[in-house]
Amino acid sequence: MSQALEELARRPSRWLDATGNHSETVLSTRVRLARNVVGSAFTHRAREEQLHHVMHSVVSASHKTSGLAHGLLLRMGDLEALDRQFLVERHLVSHDLVEGPSTRGILIGPDETLSVMINEEDHLRLQAIHSGFQLSECWRSANALDDELDSSLEYAFSEELGYLTACPTNVGTGLRASILVHLPALVLTKQINKVLQGVTQVGLAVRGFYGEGSEVMGNFFQVSNQTTLGQKEKETVEKLEGVTRQLIEYEERAREVLLRDARTQIEDKIYRALGTLKYCRSIHSQETLNLCSAVRFGVALGLESLPELPVLNEILVFSQPAHLQKLLGREMQAPERNVARAGYVRNKLN
Amino acid sequence: MVCQVCGKSPASVHFTEIVNGKMSELHVCEACAHEKGVQPAQGKGKFWISDLIAGMIDESASGDQERIGHIQCAGCGLLYSTFRETGRLGCPACYESFGTQLRPVLRRIHGAIRHVGKTPARDEGRVERRRALTQLQDALDRAIEHEEFEQAAELRDKIMSLEPGAAPGSPS
Repeated sequence: MSQALEELARRPSRWLDATGNHSETVLSTRVRLARNVVGSAFTHRAREEQLHHVMHSVVSASHKTSGLAHGLLLRMGDLEALDRQFLVERHLVSHDLVEGPSTRGILIGPDETLSVMINEEDHLRLQAIHSGFQLSECWRSANALDDELDSSLEYAFSEELGYLTACPTNVGTGLRASILVHLPALVLTKQINKVLQGVTQVGLAVRGFYGEGSEVMGNFFQVSNQTTLGQKEKETVEKLEGVTRQLIEYEERAREVLLRDARTQIEDKIYRALGTLKYCRSIHSQETLNLCSAVRFGVALGLESLPELPVLNEILVFSQPAHLQKLLGREMQAPERNVARAGYVRNKLN
Repeated sequence: MVCQVCGKSPASVHFTEIVNGKMSELHVCEACAHEKGVQPAQGKGKFWISDLIAGMIDESASGDQERIGHIQCAGCGLLYSTFRETGRLGCPACYESFGTQLRPVLRRIHGAIRHVGKTPARDEGRVERRRALTQLQDALDRAIEHEEFEQAAELRDKIMSLEPGAAPGSPS
């Protein structure tokens, strides 16, 4: 198992390949479905043997599905702290899951497009992650996996309230659809607050990329639906799709304005960022994220001699602390990591 | 500003929540915040204003806050007061046991209290039939109201043809 994890740590996830629509603006699309099985209390109130039983049933049901038949099962209790942190950075598991005992785990499909967290807040959290803006495709993958699991598992479901979940904010469809969007032009033109306020007004939630709470880093924002009851899954997905299209349009318009009115300053900022990334000798993860954001912006503007999107996407993920340590095969303190990070980034860009 | 729960002590804990673009504010004193299981200083505790508001709804509706807090889930034994503190239900049966109390909370969170989405394959036929029955029943009520008796008779026949197989809906 540990070898499989080491391989995972060296291989970029499929969703980083920038093949999806509007990849210059939308980094990734994710759909997750919260499900519980009958016969056991929700994870936080379940007895140990119930959790073992859930784990066993979900794994055995998953092995009968097309997407997870050859999945990699990782039990949280078997992993070192660094490996758990690596999975969080990879966007495969939540902070809640890694804090749990060995009865919690994740089953990861071959290219990381599909995965199932087991015994997180809900017994199952199915997720599909795709590159770029592919909400409908993402929903189709998650839904197909859900249908396959449904044929071997008995989900907790009520006709009135839908899929029953530990938290009432997820009851109903159990669906959370989200997009990770990069909006530097709207930030630079100071329109971002107005635009995001509009997004929350139509019932969607906005969060920073890796930042906790309101802290936003690297001009990345995560937009997702908030409600799961009283709306069909397709409607939820279509609504987010519509808002995302608008966000892309606003961002593109802001880019045009910046190129028209401040081309030199913008180009200067972008190429200086690239220069720093290419030649630095020690760099913090936050600075890496911000500089990558600037260079990514240059790619979106169509500027020349810049690295390709998949390379920038890879740096965003692999320059994080746990990824870096897994990649170099040893544990490192922050100052050493900063030097190692600079080396990794230089190597990727030169 | 006085506490919105006890109406006596000065409010020193303030919450703002934005749901569906609507901002709600709540100002409570420390004692009431503590009593409701809200510990903002801990930072880690997940809490929504809707839970607090739900608590207030219980209180004003029945005047018997304590009794409601003691309602227990028939499935897992979770107390409603614990749900109010943690925001997490204990098991699928909690939704039935706390049905009356949960409805306003769900309405506040989702703006709706009825699932219209996907159904597990094993329930599909039953749920589809029930949804169809509800629609037919609504149409029948409208037809009778408008004295369209011929149409009403047709609708009644359709309902009767569906009804024998329609099992009452219950969480499974």
